[in-house]
Amino acid sequence: MYLATTGRRAAPVPPPTTGAGRRVPAAVLALGTVSLVTDVSSEMVSAVLPLYLVLGLGLSPLQFGFLDGLMGGAGAVVRLLGGHLADRGHRYKHVAGIGYAVSACSRLGLLLAGGATVGIAASLAADRVGKGIRTAPRDALITLSSPPEDLGRSFGVHRAMDTTGALLGPLAAFALLWATAGAYDAVFVASFCAGLLGVLLLVLYVPGHHRPAAVPGPAPSRGKAFAALRDPAFRRILWAAALLGGATIGDAFVYLLLQRRLGLDPSWFPLLPLGAAAGYLLLAVPVGRIADRVGRRLPFLYGHLALLGAYLVLLAPAGGPAPLLLAAVLALLGVFYAATDGVLMALAGPVLPAGGRGGGLAVLQTGQALARMLAAAGFGAAWTVWGPRPALWGATAVLLAALAGGWALLPRDPGGPGDPAPGSAPAERAESSTSEKSTS
Amino acid sequence: MTTHLTDPAPARRLGTRARTALTVAAVVLLAGSTAGYALHAGNRATGQQAGADASFALAGPALYFRDSATGRVAHQALTATAGGADRATGGPACDRFHAAGGTALCLRAEPGVLPKTYAVVLDRQLREVSRTVVPGVPTRARVSASGQMLAWTVFATGDSYSATGFSTRTAVLDRRTGYLVKSLEEIPLTMDGVRYHSPDVNYWGVSFARDDSRFYATVSTKGRTYLVEGNMSDWSARTLRENVECPSLSPDNTRVAFKKKVSDDPAAPWRLYVLDLRTMVETPLAETRNVDDQAAWTDDGTVAYALPDAEGRASDVWTVPADGTGAPRLSVAGGSSPVVVADAADAQ
Repeated sequence: MYLATTGRRAAPVPPPTTGAGRRVPAAVLALGTVSLVTDVSSEMVSAVLPLYLVLGLGLSPLQFGFLDGLMGGAGAVVRLLGGHLADRGHRYKHVAGIGYAVSACSRLGLLLAGGATVGIAASLAADRVGKGIRTAPRDALITLSSPPEDLGRSFGVHRAMDTTGALLGPLAAFALLWATAGAYDAVFVASFCAGLLGVLLLVLYVPGHHRPAAVPGPAPSRGKAFAALRDPAFRRILWAAALLGGATIGDAFVYLLLQRRLGLDPSWFPLLPLGAAAGYLLLAVPVGRIADRVGRRLPFLYGHLALLGAYLVLLAPAGGPAPLLLAAVLALLGVFYAATDGVLMALAGPVLPAGGRGGGLAVLQTGQALARMLAAAGFGAAWTVWGPRPALWGATAVLLAALAGGWALLPRDPGGPGDPAPGSAPAERAESSTSEKSTS
Repeated sequence: MTTHLTDPAPARRLGTRARTALTVAAVVLLAGSTAGYALHAGNRATGQQAGADASFALAGPALYFRDSATGRVAHQALTATAGGADRATGGPACDRFHAAGGTALCLRAEPGVLPKTYAVVLDRQLREVSRTVVPGVPTRARVSASGQMLAWTVFATGDSYSATGFSTRTAVLDRRTGYLVKSLEEIPLTMDGVRYHSPDVNYWGVSFARDDSRFYATVSTKGRTYLVEGNMSDWSARTLRENVECPSLSPDNTRVAFKKKVSDDPAAPWRLYVLDLRTMVETPLAETRNVDDQAAWTDDGTVAYALPDAEGRASDVWTVPADGTGAPRLSVAGGSSPVVVADAADAQ
């Protein structure tokens, strides 16, 4: 995969042309490749971790569930910090690289920890910290490397490559376990090597310098993690994302409802997320392109409409062939992710000043993640009190209300097409003319 | 209209060729290291085979256990010391093992591109009688004294609220009828005299009484765990007391050993207790370390359990008197899933 990218990169790079048929920016392809390799690395470990903890070590997974909850909170803080640090001095590549490196080295920690609980917990925490640090700077790099009018496609390409890695990782891990008769340490070594390769690809192929010239108008909000919140357009996007996130019950519940509804054999359970991920993978690029053409607001809202559709299919009266129901729900979930995940970043990116992309995107991602956590907890409580169907009806009503709110809140196509001078374009232009500074 | 934002040639210190060469070299090196390590690890792990050697059977009295070094079932004399000089390996490869009444239950996770876990039923000669595909990671296995009732628990990773949370799934197999209860969660549960409904009930750690119908188990719901007494023939269950996990019924059926949560410290929450079912008096055992295992009675006065060894691996079997006296004794170094197989004549 990376060799293909390398080959393309090695060709003389013409200046990006305008109009249809433009190529995806090399930096986006490079970041996508880094994410692909890194996701292979991290999903390898996630896939075998339950087996390793329980069978390899005889540890109680319930204890790790507890630790995991703590780490989730820490992850949000680290993400904000990563975005903030990256904005300071525009060290997007450096901060992202540190994040990738920390995660890669955490596999070595798993290997060296042997069976020691503390070592394993520390390694898992390091992996989370690395992921938290790198996410916002990486997305900021994508927005900075891509012409604003192509952002949807760029994020689509990146997310598709990312998901490919996530699908390949477990396959690689289980193939390795099978080939080595259950040697978990071989999986950790492979994951570490893949992680290192990801870091190397980032260092070699991702451009690292995005220093804007003095931007006319309001000074770039350097050094203030929450400065983006002062921008009304960004605030509206954040509120809309949080509102809709607060109506998203979470995949785990959707799969659980699907399994109960169909009486699905539990051994099929691990395949359900793969089905949705495949849908996401196939649709990420086309939906991104559509978002570039028609504006990102509508795809983001229609994506949540697809989620609403998935709820309704699950609520529909019994009857109809089970495979049809299964395919419908998984396809709708795939549409939901394809039309919301990268699209939200493409929606928010151009609104943010070039110097505040990392911090702004981190705030947005954290806000959405917190809202989704609350939604999952609330849905879990509703399920316990009222049972699955009433709880899902409740979630449907909440999502409908959130969609109406999102419709009203979301600004109309900031930086979208048909707008020759989008609000943030001056910053972009100024930046593009900046001369290259020396490597640090 | 918009020019590219960044210089299209990143990392200018190296030319395209140098970068390509560096990448290829790194790939070769890293892929080579992975392959080399995998080969090394694969060779180290070979010698594992699924089935038992022909000479290895259930023949008591002896202590059977899973040998950590080989992953296979082994046995030693009841009086043996921890050194392992008289240890006989050569049993089937199992992750969890239990045996009674001439029947053995072996839970085995087989890695593969689609990893599978099997609950394998074995006869006295440890020949395979039947196998069931089980969704999840093996955690508990029990055979009733008669060898007719089997129960196993796995951690199911997919159906929890949070992605990393675990829930359990317990199945019961009646060998007399061949009927398999895939999930004990369907059993009508009474809590404090009231019929209890909740979607989050989870069962694990079943232990059968001598009548092959009554059983004890853990049920967890809403963050609490309870000791449950159930009955397979009238298909009912009721909670007995709170904060109890992994019950194990004594051979004379008068007491239950279990682990009880005594601390909120996630690193060491549990301690072993024995509950007298007639007086309902709980006695803490002399083992003060954190035990996360379903205890197994080696006789009416002693329980055995697995504990992590000095390096943190759950691999040593210890025994301790069941009346709270005495001190823990290392019984098997490098072992887990302890079970005493009585003399062959004991089997019904």
